Amino acid sequence: MTMESLEQIKTRVEAAVPGAKIDIIPNPGPAQQSSLLIDNEHAAAVAKFLRDDSALRLDFCSNATGVDWLDRTVKKTVKVKKIVDGEEKEIDETTEEFFPGYLEAVYHLYSMTHKHGPVIIRMRTADRAENARLPSLTPVYRSAEFQEREIFDLYGVRFDGHPDLRRILMWDEFVDYPMRKDYREPDDYEYEPTPHDDVLEKAKMHYSARPQLDGAENITAQS
Amino acid sequence: MNTTEMLQPPPAMTSRLDGELMEVSMGPQHPSTHGVFRMNVALDGEMVVKLKPVFGYLHRNHEKIGENTSYLGSMPYTDRLDYFCSMTNNWAYALSVEKLAGIEVPERAEYLRVILAELTRLQNHASLLGFLLSDMGAWGTPLMYAFREREKILDLFESLSGSRMMCDYMRFGGCRVDAGPDWMERAKKIVDLFPKFLDEFEKLILSNEIVIMRTQEVGKLSAELAINAGMTGPMLRACGVNYDIRKVDGYGFYPRFKFRVPLGEHGDCYDRLMMRALEMHESVGILKQAMEQIPAGPVMNPKVKIRAFRPPVGEAYGRIEGPKGELGFYLISDGGTNPYRYRVRPPSFINLTVLEDLCLGHTVADVMVILGSVDIVLGEVDR
Repeated sequence: MTMESLEQIKTRVEAAVPGAKIDIIPNPGPAQQSSLLIDNEHAAAVAKFLRDDSALRLDFCSNATGVDWLDRTVKKTVKVKKIVDGEEKEIDETTEEFFPGYLEAVYHLYSMTHKHGPVIIRMRTADRAENARLPSLTPVYRSAEFQEREIFDLYGVRFDGHPDLRRILMWDEFVDYPMRKDYREPDDYEYEPTPHDDVLEKAKMHYSARPQLDGAENITAQS
Repeated sequence: MNTTEMLQPPPAMTSRLDGELMEVSMGPQHPSTHGVFRMNVALDGEMVVKLKPVFGYLHRNHEKIGENTSYLGSMPYTDRLDYFCSMTNNWAYALSVEKLAGIEVPERAEYLRVILAELTRLQNHASLLGFLLSDMGAWGTPLMYAFREREKILDLFESLSGSRMMCDYMRFGGCRVDAGPDWMERAKKIVDLFPKFLDEFEKLILSNEIVIMRTQEVGKLSAELAINAGMTGPMLRACGVNYDIRKVDGYGFYPRFKFRVPLGEHGDCYDRLMMRALEMHESVGILKQAMEQIPAGPVMNPKVKIRAFRPPVGEAYGRIEGPKGELGFYLISDGGTNPYRYRVRPPSFINLTVLEDLCLGHTVADVMVILGSVDIVLGEVDR
């Protein structure tokens, strides 16, 4: 069964979810898996539509992952005709365009009912700051639960509406986000039971106060 | 007690003597966790009321290492993901790179890939059944029966690729070396003898009363939750959802082979166990067809420049039906020699999403059975 094209999906989603803004991100490679960029405000509603729409039924979120795009400047050299000393000359003029970096969450959606896919949706954060935020799709797709935790853990994207956002692969005391492109490995600090002097300074840098425990403390007796 | 009474599930336990919960940290050093996996469990008497899995004991940031390595350099490292099934890991990665760069694969190589992937499935499922019985207390003997068969298949892998478990056999655009006629003869013999082992094993375990009592009605999963939570592989099909990527995507040459997709009904541990046994029968069928049809020819696309390999700018997501579920690789190329983004979609990690839902209301002893029936390998879960 063939699926409708991304353009058709875009128009239908924009009609069904008022206010939603969707861009098609083309994929220049031979795989031709283009994707839909969804605005963060309506992401949950759009995902819900994609899941519940009878023609699409994208009920299976296979893969959710993060991508880090750094700030970049694109240099362009254009030949410009200018009059220098009363004589017309061709001069190379370089313009620099600055693109701010962002973090991206990519979801690969398939349909188990109609056996088609993938439809790839993306969301982008405003910037690469410490507390970059995105809406969570876990309420729509349960399979994103651990994968969004992983994105939070390794990329530092905070997912609003995630039921249980904690570090998953790294330990709780860890401070940085290792999958970011500008991540630098810390010095070769080793744990010492009684640190002192400069070792203590190093230890303080490595271990902030324990922000969250691993969930065991939330377990309480039920009445 | 007669047999029908024995087959009934035990009555729900309502013991709450002092009203206090006990917290138990199961693992990471526990033989039944299949590696270094930990669960924080809250118990009411013997009943699980809360369960939080804790990951990361084997984490080495595989994806970061993949981004700092060339495309070819990641191929041997994919062996270490799910170290039981290095052949299927290789295939999934090779398939994704082939999608990313638009590479054709010769016919013989595709057949070899199918043969090796199905052999991998046989040995993975066989050893899983052995492990599961170990978890249930049938310590040692069934596992050794399964490992005897696995050993034969590993010997085949060794004579083909030079390594028993870390095969590093496939390349984008084909396979590394060709399999000779004597290898094919040996493989045929092993495949022909495999149903004998299967029948014996099934007779011993699948109708065993204790196995039935330990697994039926334990860890039930509904089809709706399974789909929503992204279950794949035997986990999903045990709930009765007909979704096999070999059929849906038709990658490789799977559309050329006749095989059925076994489906479960109840989604409990017994169905998941049964799923593996039935899939092994189908795999034997695929193997026999593939070994008969395999043509002569090259096993490597000569146009592919494996060294200094630079795929065009773009991205691709390729997936295969691994023995544990959907194994996918998501690659973004910026035109350089290293992938800009290298992501593994690990089936056993995502299949653990529902672990808490499966275990609630069961006893501690059942947790081990349920975890065993999910079929995880920590090299892949923690990456």
